Amino acid sequence: MDSWEFILGYYNYWIAVFLAMAGMYIVIARGNLIKKLVGLNVFQSSVFILYISFGKVEGGTAPILTAGVDTYSNPLPHVLILTAIVVGVATTALGLALVVRIRDEYDTIEEDDIHSQDESM
Amino acid sequence: MEAWIDIIILFFMAVTVFAIARLRNLLAVVMLGGIYSLLAASIFVVMDAVDVAFTEASVGAGISTILFIGTLALTTRIEKKPAHTPLLPLIVVCITGAVLIFGTLDAAVYGDPQSPAMQDVAPYYLENTKKHTGIPNVVTAVLASYRGYDTLGEVTVIFTAGIGVILLLGSWRRGISASTRRKEEEE
Repeated sequence: MDSWEFILGYYNYWIAVFLAMAGMYIVIARGNLIKKLVGLNVFQSSVFILYISFGKVEGGTAPILTAGVDTYSNPLPHVLILTAIVVGVATTALGLALVVRIRDEYDTIEEDDIHSQDESM
Repeated sequence: MEAWIDIIILFFMAVTVFAIARLRNLLAVVMLGGIYSLLAASIFVVMDAVDVAFTEASVGAGISTILFIGTLALTTRIEKKPAHTPLLPLIVVCITGAVLIFGTLDAAVYGDPQSPAMQDVAPYYLENTKKHTGIPNVVTAVLASYRGYDTLGEVTVIFTAGIGVILLLGSWRRGISASTRRKEEEE
């Protein structure tokens, strides 16, 4: 029973680490630029999950003040992540615009092909 | 019961990411990305972050997916077979992951009311928000009232990104793109 509680206490963090590492793997192992951006988004969301996990309080409820409730989850990670999500989409949009421009210029979005074209120039 | 929902949704997310890493059809990858965001939104609801869940579902699962699909329409749908072996990235990722997991063991247990994050600032906002601003939703109050200037800064970031996208893709720029230059050279 003790080991069960131990696993439950850290399960969220471990999954967040797994998701972050899977995202990082996609970013560094795959050559396709769109795939890289998807990996970057995965990495980003994993950090969000980690932050929100830190803010959860056992038996607490959403931080909207109501009569008769006195345990709330921590609202500050929520505020931080709210900002991060919106900024994340802005950076994704910029990244995708760069991908479209690269495709215009090189006629490919594979990293290897772009490198070989650069070297042959 | 809540613990089981938590476990199952997070497990689904891990499976989704595994599929994203393996698939080479980019449309499927983008769709799985949307599913991943939606699962993230559900897990945020389980963890009491309802405002974050709204934003993730609309912005993360909605707008991002549309942006990705638009890019796919302008580029290509199939990823090339990777030329290198994924051995070195795998080693790097495993070592980094092991270090991070070792780091989590020092963190406060999930759901701990005595965790350091719950000690100073958070109770202050929970106690005083109603008095200072009269808004019952603490997240909204901090975002738009206490930290209103930071939110203005966030808008600046989005504005800058928008300008960047317009500069990169605006019609005046596309007129002199490489493909048209190549055509002119052929003529």
